[in-house]
Amino acid sequence: MANTNQEKEPLFSKKNLGLVKDPLTDNNPVTVQVLGICSALAITAELKASVIMALSVVFVLGAGNVLVSLLRNAIPSSIRIIVQLVVVAALVIIVDLTLKAYVPDLAKKLSVFVGLIITNCIIMGRFEAFALGNGPWKSFLDGVGNAAGYGLILIIVGFFRELLGSGKLFGFPVFGDPVAKTGLYATGYENNGFMLLAPMALITLGLIIGFQRSRNKNLIETH
Amino acid sequence: MELLQLFLKSIFIDNMVFATFLGMCSYLAVSKKVSTAVGLGAAVIFVMLVTVPLNYLLDQYILRPGALVWLGEDYADVDLSFLTFILFIATIATMVQLVEMIVEKFAPALYNSLGIFLPLIAVNCAILGGSLFMQQKEFNNITEATVYGVGSGIGWFLAIVAIGAIREKIRYSNVPPVFRGLGMTFILTGLMAIGFMSFGGMLTGGDEAPKKEVVENIAPTEPVEVNEVVIDSTALETVTDSLTQTVQE
Repeated sequence: MANTNQEKEPLFSKKNLGLVKDPLTDNNPVTVQVLGICSALAITAELKASVIMALSVVFVLGAGNVLVSLLRNAIPSSIRIIVQLVVVAALVIIVDLTLKAYVPDLAKKLSVFVGLIITNCIIMGRFEAFALGNGPWKSFLDGVGNAAGYGLILIIVGFFRELLGSGKLFGFPVFGDPVAKTGLYATGYENNGFMLLAPMALITLGLIIGFQRSRNKNLIETH
Repeated sequence: MELLQLFLKSIFIDNMVFATFLGMCSYLAVSKKVSTAVGLGAAVIFVMLVTVPLNYLLDQYILRPGALVWLGEDYADVDLSFLTFILFIATIATMVQLVEMIVEKFAPALYNSLGIFLPLIAVNCAILGGSLFMQQKEFNNITEATVYGVGSGIGWFLAIVAIGAIREKIRYSNVPPVFRGLGMTFILTGLMAIGFMSFGGMLTGGDEAPKKEVVENIAPTEPVEVNEVVIDSTALETVTDSLTQTVQE
């Protein structure tokens, strides 16, 4: 993800780069701003689902931020929430229909969680906090940056849950065949099926947050 | 009896927070004190009570394939289900606005305690999630849908009040600095979710052999969340794997 930041275009001033970079680490929407947790946990039992979800959110937030930013002077503030919801809902319908057409199996697995992108707090949060007050290009960078920060956490959680839970990555066995006892399983290693259940998603994310805070002491809360 | 079963199931087994992670954002943000947690929880129950049956009617008479047949035979082939998201969220947003205005007018005391939380609810995933799961479960009548909505709301209420109480107490404990606040809340929620998993055997009696219990638990949730089923079946595979292994040994 860092590669996209290194293009030498005038559009990518240092400040604009910060819009993309900050949400990836020190201002991560999931671990620091505490937004968009719902879907970050529910669909991370498999890496593939996490990646698809991350891409969907990058699309919805990037495009949505631009749209809201273009509309920002036309929306009366009293009905802005409904306008924003309609923008997101329209984009999510596009994503939903695309997924159903090209990856129907995965779309079934994600079930209602594609629809729940609409109420993903990151999206409403970025619309309110950024797109309503900034131009389209900056809003686009901000949207992509925040969605990428969200996706990063999603992929990390998905990686550990799928690897430890079913011994696979993207559905390919990594540690060998658990039934035929090849590879690592020959030494007595067992898959931890508990990793695939709901509670471990929460605990994994808790540990990731703890790890991030141990690296960056500024983020530690008093209580 | 079936309604009671559905009610208990939506509170404990399919708990919004612990089983499907819905409404986590407000769950984390508003659970620092029990009193605010109670306020938001009550508002969620109330909005669920109104929106789930309403969206059920929308789904039955407008959205699902062939639902428009009441307009005449010509409309029997119309499938508007792609409009689900936009209509559901519009219903929820308008209902929240309406509820806010009605409560403000007729029950100012209630408004003062709930007021600030009502706008938050429009973007609470638990509400939209409740409606989307309701659509997926294909209830037979509006009573079932209402019971499901209220049950899910109460489940969410229980979860946020419980974590609020724990967070009030944990202030006096010596938590490692890196886990203070958010990290610890996640781990606590995870542990609570493990606790809530034990309700899984509640409706099946719970005295079967462990392996059978897993099978029993999958059955009721199967049409509900495809995601969870996948999880369960893989977990089942691991169980079978370990069983075959012990047999071989």
